[in-house]
Parts: sequence; C-alpha cells; structure tokens
Amino acid sequence: MTTPSKEALAKIAPVLTKRWLSPDAWKLSVYERLDGYTGLKKALKAHPDDLIQLIKDSGLRGRGGAGFPTGMKWGFIPQNDGKPHYLVVNADEGEPGTCQDLPLMMADPHSLIEGVIIASYAIRANFAAIYIRGEAIHAARRLRQAVDDARARGYLGRNILGSGFDLDVVVHSGAGAYICGEETALLDSLEGYRGQPRLRPPFPATHGLYNSPTVVNNVETIATVPYIVLGGSAWFRTMGTEKSPGTKIFSVSGRVVQPGQYECGLGVTLRQLIELCGGMKPGHNLRFWTPGGSSTPLLTDEHLDAPLDFEGMMGVGTMLGTAAVQIFSDQDCPVYATYRWIEFYHHESCGKCTPCREGNYWMKGILRRILSGQGTHADLDTLLDACDNLLGRSFCALGDGATSPVTSSIKYFKQDYLDYIEGRKAPMFSPGELVGAH
Amino acid sequence: MTEVAKKVDTVKLTIDGIEVEAAKGELVIRVAERIGIAIPRFCDHPLLDPAGACRQCLVDIEGQRKPSAACTQTVADGMVVRTQLTSEVAKKAQEGILEFLLINHPLDCPMCDKGGECPLQNQALSNGREESRFHEHKREYTKPVPISSQVLLDRERCVLCQRCTRFSDEIAGDKFIDLMERGADEQIGVFSGRLDVDPAEVVGETGLEGAIDANLLDAPFNSYFSGNTVQICPVGALTGAQYRFRARPFDLVSSPSTCEHCAAGCSMRTDHRRGKVMRRLAGDDPQVNEEWNCDKGRWAFQYATAFDRITEPMVRDPKSGELRKASWPEALNAAAEGLLKARTEGGVGVLTGGRLTVEDAYAYAKFARVVLGTNDIDFRSRPLSQEETDFLTSVAGKFQVTYSDIEAAPDVVLVGLEAEEECPILFLRLRKAANKRGTRVTSIAPFVTRGLEKVAGTLVPTVPGAEATALAESAEVRAALSKPGALLFVGERLAETPGGLSAAARLAAETGARLAWVPRRAGDRGAVEAGCLPTLLPGGRSLVEPAARGEIGAAWGLEVGDLSERPGRDTLQILDAARTGALKGLVVAGVDPHDLPDPAAAEEALEKVGFLVSLELRLSAVSRRADVVLPVAPAVEKSGSYLDWEGRVRPFDAVLRSAAMTDARVLDALARQLGYQLGTADTLAVLKQIGELGETRAPRAAAPTVDAERVAEPGTGEAVLSTWHQLIDLGALQDGDEYLAGTARPPVARISKATAAALGVADGEPLNVSTERGRVTLPAAVVDVMAPGVVWLPTNSPGSTVRRTLGVSSGATVRISAGGTS
Repeated sequence: MTTPSKEALAKIAPVLTKRWLSPDAWKLSVYERLDGYTGLKKALKAHPDDLIQLIKDSGLRGRGGAGFPTGMKWGFIPQNDGKPHYLVVNADEGEPGTCQDLPLMMADPHSLIEGVIIASYAIRANFAAIYIRGEAIHAARRLRQAVDDARARGYLGRNILGSGFDLDVVVHSGAGAYICGEETALLDSLEGYRGQPRLRPPFPATHGLYNSPTVVNNVETIATVPYIVLGGSAWFRTMGTEKSPGTKIFSVSGRVVQPGQYECGLGVTLRQLIELCGGMKPGHNLRFWTPGGSSTPLLTDEHLDAPLDFEGMMGVGTMLGTAAVQIFSDQDCPVYATYRWIEFYHHESCGKCTPCREGNYWMKGILRRILSGQGTHADLDTLLDACDNLLGRSFCALGDGATSPVTSSIKYFKQDYLDYIEGRKAPMFSPGELVGAH
Repeated sequence: MTEVAKKVDTVKLTIDGIEVEAAKGELVIRVAERIGIAIPRFCDHPLLDPAGACRQCLVDIEGQRKPSAACTQTVADGMVVRTQLTSEVAKKAQEGILEFLLINHPLDCPMCDKGGECPLQNQALSNGREESRFHEHKREYTKPVPISSQVLLDRERCVLCQRCTRFSDEIAGDKFIDLMERGADEQIGVFSGRLDVDPAEVVGETGLEGAIDANLLDAPFNSYFSGNTVQICPVGALTGAQYRFRARPFDLVSSPSTCEHCAAGCSMRTDHRRGKVMRRLAGDDPQVNEEWNCDKGRWAFQYATAFDRITEPMVRDPKSGELRKASWPEALNAAAEGLLKARTEGGVGVLTGGRLTVEDAYAYAKFARVVLGTNDIDFRSRPLSQEETDFLTSVAGKFQVTYSDIEAAPDVVLVGLEAEEECPILFLRLRKAANKRGTRVTSIAPFVTRGLEKVAGTLVPTVPGAEATALAESAEVRAALSKPGALLFVGERLAETPGGLSAAARLAAETGARLAWVPRRAGDRGAVEAGCLPTLLPGGRSLVEPAARGEIGAAWGLEVGDLSERPGRDTLQILDAARTGALKGLVVAGVDPHDLPDPAAAEEALEKVGFLVSLELRLSAVSRRADVVLPVAPAVEKSGSYLDWEGRVRPFDAVLRSAAMTDARVLDALARQLGYQLGTADTLAVLKQIGELGETRAPRAAAPTVDAERVAEPGTGEAVLSTWHQLIDLGALQDGDEYLAGTARPPVARISKATAAALGVADGEPLNVSTERGRVTLPAAVVDVMAPGVVWLPTNSPGSTVRRTLGVSSGATVRISAGGTS
C-alpha cells in the first residue's frame, strides 16, 4: 500500500460523505446533531425563486451522468400553471460499477430527504417520489424509515416547520430494469406502466409524471442541495473546477488496494484517485479503466492525468458519466470485459427500438464467437459498423452507451481482438455451432 | 376562408432541396410524403400516435448531431431535411436499421402470407444488402401462437413495431395484447394466465379486493377490431386464420367494395382469385371508416358460398307438394299467375328486409305500388311500432349528421343504441372524438357496457321502456344536448319504447341538437329513402300528400288515382293479414322470421298465406315455404349502393362475375310477365330513375307525438327484459365463419348486484329467464351499475335466441330464477 501524495490528499473533500463514518448517522437524532435539517430551516425562509437562483449560481450539474445544470432544470418548471408539480428522485442506480447512491442512502438518508424537501419547495411541488432500484431492498427500507421519522418530526406532511409548505414523499421500489434509470422510462414505471422511454419532446419539465411539470434529479444531486443552501454558491464553487464546480463521489472498483467511495473535488485525476485507494493491487498494472461506468468509452494508462470532470473527460473522447471508476489491470482481458458489458446491454435493452434491441443481440453473438476462437477479421469491421448504425440511432441513450465499450476497446486494444481471431490467444469459450450467413 | 387559412401557423422548410410549406406541428414524414418523397417506415401509421420505435425513417436534419426519426420529428421554420435521397448519413442510417431488422427475421417469405405485399420484404429488396453479414443463431420461438381464434402470431417474423398494440390501445380500446419481456426477448403477447398464484391469495396479500378478476387470468385477443392488426402489421407476424396459406397476394385481384353488414357503410377491398373471394380488408375512406373495419365486416363473407345457396329458380310441384327446380320462364310464369290471382282475391304484401341495396329497395317499392297496387310494404323485420313508421315518415331524407360531426360535437347522447355491438365504426369514431377532442358521451341505457366504458361515457340508468321519460325528464341529457353542435343518436331499438322516438324528436327540436337514426343493417336507411314503408313513397314522400303522389305518379307514368293515398300495413300487420287470409299473397326478400318479434306467428303466416314468392340467396325459413323461389345475387356478385346511417351513398360494383341477378332485375322480369314496365333491369337505369325523381316539393309529415307509457313494475321473481344483438352472433350472414364465431363475446345474462343477491345467484352461476313460451339459461354476469329490476340477454346468440325462445323483446316483463330450475 502506497501513501497518497499531498496533491491527492488535497483533492479529498468530504461534503456528502462527511457523516458517513459517524456512528448511526442514518438516525434522525444523530443527523440533527450533525447540522441536519438546518439547511431546510434556512431554505424555508427564502423565496422559492431565490433558491432556484442559488442553485443556478452554484453551477451544480446533475450527478446522474449527463451533467445538465440543475438550477436551469428547476427553472424550466412553469410556475402558476395550475398544474401539480412533482419532484422525482432517480435512485435507480444501475450503471455497471456505480455505487454512490446506495451507500449515501444507507449512511445518510436524511440528507437526501432534506434535499428533497428544499428542492420541492423551490419548484413548488407537494409530492415527491424517490424511485429506488428494486434490488436495493435494504436501502429502500432505511429510506422509508427515514421518511417516517422525518414525517413524525414535522419535516414532512402538512405545514412543514410552520412554513405553510406541504410535502409528501413516497419511496417507490423499481422492478429491476436498467432502462428505468432513463428518466422518462422511470416516469412510466412510476406510473405503473411498462418501463420504456417516452418520446421527447414534450420533456418532463412540462409533461412529466402524470403529464405534469416534473423535475427528475439524481440522488447525489439532490443530496448536495442542503449543503449549497447552508454554504452558499461561492463556497460550493471553491471546490471542483470552474465549469464543473463542487465535489463528486467517485466509486472506485477493480484492481486497487482499497476500492470504495472517494469524495473529491471534480477535476481530480485517476493518478490521484489510485493513490487515494492505496495504489494498484500488488502485481497489477493499470491497463484500462472506465471513467463513469460501462457507457463511457474506456481509457488507458495514457489518461492517468486527465482531469475527471465533465470537460476534461470530453477532452479525451469519453464522458464523466456516473464517475464509476472501474480499474482493470494487465491481468484483465479487454475483449472479455467488453463481451460481459455487451451481455449486460443485451439483457437490459428495453426492446422498444430496433438498433438497441437487435444491435446488442448481434454484437453479443459476434463477441462470443471471437472469444470462442471463431472470429474473423471481417467481424471487427462488422462490430464497428454495427456500432456506427447504433450510436445516435437508438431511441434513448441506452443504445448509445452500449457502443462505448466496443468502439473504445477496439480502438485501444485491437491487438487483443486479433490475438483471438488469429489464434494467438486460447479461446475463452468452447466453439459454438457455426451457421452460415442468412 | 383564405384569411382564416393564412392565420393557421405555417412554417417553411426544405426537404431534399425542395422548399415546402407545412402546418406547425406536422410530422416531417407526412410533409415529405406530400411532396412525393417516400421515407421508409414500419412503426409509423398516420392514424396512430407517433412511436419512433423502429427507427427506419431516420433522416438527416441540419444542425442536429444525430439523425432524427421523421415519424416523430415535427417541422420547424427554416428546417433543412435531407432524406435517404440526398444524404449519405440518412441512407446509411436506414440501411443499418434495415440490416438490424433482418438479422433475426426468419426470411421465410416464400411461405409467408405477407410475401408479395410486405413492406419489410420490399425494403429489403430495394435497399437491403445483397449478402448478410449475420452469422449467429436467429431467435427461435414456437409458432404460430393463436392469440385468438382469428389471429395467429408468429413472433419470429415480428419486427416489434407495436402497430398492433398501439391500435388495440389507442383505437379499439381493447388492450388485450401488449409487449412482454424486454430487449431481444421482447415480444407481443396476450396475458396467458401463467401466474402461478391463486388470485385469492394475491387479493388477500395486497388488499386489492376485486382488482383481480379470476376470469382475466386468461385473456385472449377478443376484440371486435382485431382484424385491423393483421392488416396494419408491416410483416407477416399477425395473420388471419381464415386466409392463412390460402393465396399469394400477386395472384389476387383486388376490387373496391362496400360492407354489407351494418349501417356503418365501411369501404372495403375484396381480394378474389378465380371467382372466389379469398379475403376482405378495410378500405381507406377518411370520411367514413378511416382505415378500419370490424371483424364481422372483414371475416363474415362465406355465407355467399354456403352449400344451400340457390342458383336456379324453384316452383312448388302441385303433385308432390315439394319445391323443384324450374326454368326462369316457368318460375316467372308461375309467380306471375299466383300473384295476379292473389292480387285480385285480396291483395299481396311485400316484406323486403333490411339487406337490400337502394336500387333493389326502389324496385320493390315500385313493384308494390305499380304492379301489386298496394302500400303493404315494409322493410322492417324486427320489433316496430306505428310511432316508428310515423317517425321515419317525418324524417326520411332529412338527417344531416355525419361522422365528422361527431368529432366536432361537444356532447353526444345515445339512446337505444349500443354502438360497439350495433354499429362498430360509429363506436370507433365516438371513441376517437372522446379521446382526442374531449367529446362527452352520454348513454340512456340500462347499464354501463364495455363500449360505454371505452368512450369514458356517462350512463343515465334507464329501465327498458322508460327511455321516453328519461329523454323528457333528464336534466343532464337536456343540458348536454343544449350545447351548440350536440348530437342525439337514436338506435332502431328505440321503436320498442312507446313514446321514445316522439320524445327524441321533441327534445332535438327543443334543444337544437341534431338527430341521427342508426339502424342495424346496411339496407335499412336505403329502404326508407326508397319507399319500402307503408307510408312512404321514394325520396321521403309521404303518400298522404297529393303533391307527393303527383310527383311519383308522373315519374312512373301512372294515371291519377293509381297511387293509393291510404297507408298500407306494416310488417306485423302484413303477417297478421296473411295469417288470417285478408292478404292472399306475399313477396318476401331477405327476411329471417326469427328476427321478428314473434317468430312463431310469422312462420304461421308464411305457412298459411295463399301464395308466397321468395327472392332469396339461400334456402331459408321463407323459401322453404314458398310457392316460387327466385334466386338473387349476394352483394359480392352485384352492383348497387347502400345508404349508411349518415345517408351517405356507398356505391359498389360487382366484385365477382356471375349469372346471379339483382332483386331489381328479377322484379323487372316478373313485372314484365305481368305486363308492366318497371325499368329496373340494371342498376344504372334504377339510379337514373331515382335521379329523375329529384327533391320533393311536397309537404313533409309531422313527427309523431306519442306519449310515454308507464313502465311495468316487475314483481318478485320478475324483471324487465333488456336485449340487443351482439356484433358476432347467430346472424345468417356469419354462417360458416367459425374462426370469427370464436371471438364472439360469451353469452351471459346481466343482472344487478341487488337482483343477484335477491336471487342468490353469484357471478357465473346459471340464471333462468323465462316466459310462457320458454326459458333461456345463461351464466349470470353481475353488473356494478345497472338500473334496478332489469335482466339483459343477447338477442340472438348461442343459448339465447330471445325472440324465438321467449317470444318477447325489450321492455317485456320476464321471470328470473336461479340456476337450472324454473
């Protein structure tokens, strides 16, 4: 285990994670003792429009992957339109390698609830739903308990803290579908329908849950809100970079000594993150990594010093995504990793549109054939062409994401593919039955 | 008008370098189509909401970093669109999607029903790769899966465009099919009852009492409109059991035609091969049926080729007393002699039935007046009343309501009409209006039907017989009809309620709402206009008016006084007179005595009448008793026209050539035999005659003013009967179409919760409904919202032939009791 450098340590910025190591931080009493709900009290004294302006000023960008400015999203909600408004928290954390929302909801559920109340107050919503991944039964239970406790203490329900503001929160468990992390599929699922993305426009800001104006935000985004209310936008901008202010929880997994959640200012580099994780596992050398889950194109050891923020990652041809940093070493096969990812997309594609449904089916078959030692050189062209026909052609971003591991692994590790195709590497699978072209 | 038109927001855009103006909100794919640029598509359908699922229609739009789906993209001012014709990006994108669609497609075109008319096949041949790059295994499924007795699903061919599920959800409201599974396993399916749980347990656990219906655990695709999904399926995934493997599209001749079943007036396309109809499809008629039809219209046509079709005339042999084949001269001679004698000895009545074309109906009307010298003519073969005769006399030729008026109407009130069962395309338009335009539907009926639920309608719960009172007294109905543009639809069944039609006419006059009369058969409206009523001459001319008689007399070349001013007998009076011998002869067209209010009395009349001439398609209860049987052509073998409920002319040409003659031609020959010139030998000649009559200048008859009657109060163990026909039932025109019969709604006896509780009958348990004539026993269906003391039966369904078995109709008091015992 190596000791992190001073530069790396300086990047550590526990904001969202500051209570995680306090015993029983998930309890309301502990949360209150540790400044809990003070942001809410301050927020309820402000005008909702001022809160939206505050979040705009802070430069907070959505933490779910796309990095859309949160304040702007809130500002899209038409006011005085006579329709009910809704806040929906996307807690359907499903991107491979991503693990920030669940630990946050387990360790510090009230910070999310406090954020929900402030955000709902700002957009004038009296109902909020937290759509939580179906598999995360433990987190759903903890969150429900927290909602009950908050309601009992007057933080939820009617006339919250005497402010005249009413809010109810429902914690809704999904049924185990990656697609329901896509905000419009999530809304359909929340309404009780089959989870498939909706046509946009109209956007959720005007036609969201039950056809009413709706803000859909990620857990981390909403949980950040109380800190901005307390600390102010200027304080928030002291962290991170100019265009990507604030902190982000990076969930680092794979071949490092201490995988886990590391909250740093945006713009931290992989080199620093690995240092914070105690270095690579003994005997492993970094070969490739994902900056933000499998839907973001792979990077290699050439990119150790690229800043992990929205712009920095764009600069090296990938995306920050969910900041799910998965570390692979020279003992890992990029072709096999890609195959497993495509298996995931094949399994999780909702089936609504042709390119995603059929493209992943096809790519999975080709990759498996290559790994079985039956691939051809033409297969690589076919894979790239299939990606070209899928990227930007699918109904939602799920299909786009599926092309990332394929194109990027062929870009950086074509030799590994050729090794299987040309017989230099032993097949991973026994050869399947070949069928002719049809 | 031009000023108004300019105010509509329009935008200018460029598609493939062609500048085009479009209305704001229009889809790129439609605008392109308008200027002759066909963008390939599978999921897109102009009558369904955009889905953007198949991605085949991708085009390149300047400023967009990704290709856009033309079927979901709305136009914008200054937009520059490049389709596959001018953009490599769009071309490549479309080719890519097509390749994806084909990788799992079985490519079994040589044995697929769709082969030859398949959009996917056409696309693949014109834009697909010559050689496939796909070397993996294709998805395999068990096939075909019958999702109803009519519709078969081949999941391997399916491209998951979701047209079928969207149609069923958006248009028909029968969401029996839906997407199942996800990703590459996504498939269309019906709920198959695969739940391995006892519904009772589920209910117990979740507290959703009543939310889970055990009957729903197995729900096939039982929609009256399921055939449309077969037609709009862009591949061969959905096929009709009746047509499957029977023909290749390129061997078929397609002829435009008109549906002969109900009064909806659907345009159709009839596909035939070597003189035989192979299938029928919905025709494209935006004003009437849009692009839809019902399953009866699509699949009920084999009656015309049934084993008992009559192709040669027959006469009753005096020695044996049996019918025997005869030549046309012999048969016409026998008919002429018999009719001449009957006319002299007491008169001849004419029953035409409701299945005739306008031209045929006109020939009967003229034949009765000119040849038989009688006004004893009636098209109605169902319960009727003098009030209805007067009502039809007062309104003939005057209805002005159209399908498009429904979409513009704020409110529509239905009385005596269950549109989904009795006029399915009218139902679809009501549903469209309700869903897309917010039209409110109110129904004066005994209970909330599925059809009413699907138009989100409101029920004015009404015991049969109390419709007149409801019309007169319901504030809700009056308020609805008082809105400008409101419509009042009365079904033919309102004739069963004394005062019903009078009240409807009065209410329409008072509120300004427009009135439409919706009969059940294709020929009903035409028969009214042609004068097949004891009080009406052709063109809505009331025969009590001298001017009206003058117009007709002049046109027909009659002497003054030849046309009697005395109204004739209606159907029931004609049959009565035939039974008692007051009438000596009958000329009967397509009439089934079992449709009449008292079938036994009708059969007795047919037995007893001195001389009976039957113009028939198949051996029927009438022709078997006839003295002379003259074969006539089915709709498919003749030309003519129907008037739909709107009064719109629905003309059609003969689809098949045959020797069979129209009723009008046979009557022309018969008249000639008797020394008269009808001039109805061919359809165009009849049309010319009708045209020459022109609009009448004679005064119209006034609407009837019959008072409502007190509704019978059922005693203990009694109920008031409500009954109407289900769309798919024992009707003679559905004979031989067993796949269609498989999707008939199961016959049930509907009762209210209170009635069920009083009788101790639970849902699904047998219920007896009886009169002195007989008894009908059906499973009880307990209805949530129902007028008190009512029992509903299907009029003519298996196990429930109400008129034949019970000898009564709606409004009658019947006895009801629990299961099996009487």
